Amino acid sequence: METNIVDANTAKIDYLLRQGDNALILSQQLSQLCGKGPALEEDMALTNVALDLLGQTRMWLTYAGELEGQGRDEDKLAFHRDAHQYRNVLLVEQPNASYAETMMRQFFFDTWHYFLMQGLLKSSDQRIAEIAEKSLKEVTYHLRRSGDLVVRLGDGSDISHAKMQAAADELWMYSGEVFLYDDIDNAMVEAGIAPPADGLRAAFLEHVSEIFAEATLTMPSPDAWMQRGGKVGRHSERLGFILAEMQFLQRAYPGAEW
Amino acid sequence: MDTPRVSTEQVWSWLGEVPDPEIPVISVVDLGIVRGVAFDGDECVVTITPTYSGCPAMQVIADAVNDALHARGVAKLRIVTQLSPAWTTDWMSETGKAALKGYGIAPPVEQAIDISGLRSGVKRGAFKEPEVQCPNCGSNHTQLTSQFGSTPCKALYKCLDCREPFDYFKCH
Repeated sequence: METNIVDANTAKIDYLLRQGDNALILSQQLSQLCGKGPALEEDMALTNVALDLLGQTRMWLTYAGELEGQGRDEDKLAFHRDAHQYRNVLLVEQPNASYAETMMRQFFFDTWHYFLMQGLLKSSDQRIAEIAEKSLKEVTYHLRRSGDLVVRLGDGSDISHAKMQAAADELWMYSGEVFLYDDIDNAMVEAGIAPPADGLRAAFLEHVSEIFAEATLTMPSPDAWMQRGGKVGRHSERLGFILAEMQFLQRAYPGAEW
Repeated sequence: MDTPRVSTEQVWSWLGEVPDPEIPVISVVDLGIVRGVAFDGDECVVTITPTYSGCPAMQVIADAVNDALHARGVAKLRIVTQLSPAWTTDWMSETGKAALKGYGIAPPVEQAIDISGLRSGVKRGAFKEPEVQCPNCGSNHTQLTSQFGSTPCKALYKCLDCREPFDYFKCH
């Protein structure tokens, strides 16, 4: 047992933080590529996806703060928590090492994100269902684009193919944490708030396998060992650097406002 | 003092004069952002919905609605943000679409896919880029340059006849 559930409300707050933190950290990583995209169109796409994810972050964290009732709004939750209090999965804190890795990370994330948002449309929590409905249109667009790029680069030149295969092999072990449900996830499933892992994972594997086949890439084994820990606050050192930049202003000038 | 209450129609008409901050030729009503106008006692309640969840214009739009109604004497105003049903370009008025075209932005060309249709929306080949008409010369001989443009709501196209690049307001 990795977590101790105090009550259903605490579990829900944690679940909302997980959604918000996934979107926030990936958004921050993508926004670091602003002005550095390999082509102007890619630069705009990455930052547009970052903006969508930031908007979604605000909806999740605002709701988490309201349920918590301690006066923490989206900004306080984003800027006043340290790495061990962040609940994002390890996948989103993997570095922008190359464009192949950036796009493969995005493709794995978008595929899971898309099926999760579909599942959350039927959430017993109306506010969560509404956030999912709002997010799903954006996420659909993200997944179409990242799937397209995986095909174009995977089935591209020998060099682009090799880079995409290496990126898939490197990042695969981070793709499964979202399906490893713990007490909090299971409490959400039992309350009808979140969809169960099995169906999500099957849909994820089916889509990845279709896109990889078209991209002439070899999909790593679904039974491979998966990294975990981010959802309960055990992160790589990388998250500390991401937060150090993202939270610089609030660390240097605590409480500063516009 | 007994203030004469304005009609909701009057408020709608005032809001029809509030321009979108990013695309000033179209009003927030024609864009489909204003979802409702009602009175709760003497308080005017305006319901708005975001286009894209990260759209930085939303706060500016709320402020503009606030300013426009206060300037016309609406003393008590509450702005409510509504997420569901999620905004769609299907709510854009014909007036709004014509204004976009006149401004050089190709308007959305078809009905946006509904949520239930999204399952097939990520299958490769299941989604076809729409045929977009060039707002400059009217040719349908156009090509997608980039799925993302200068704002989240637009894609970048180019006309293969007059060679002009242009923005396309995506179906959403």
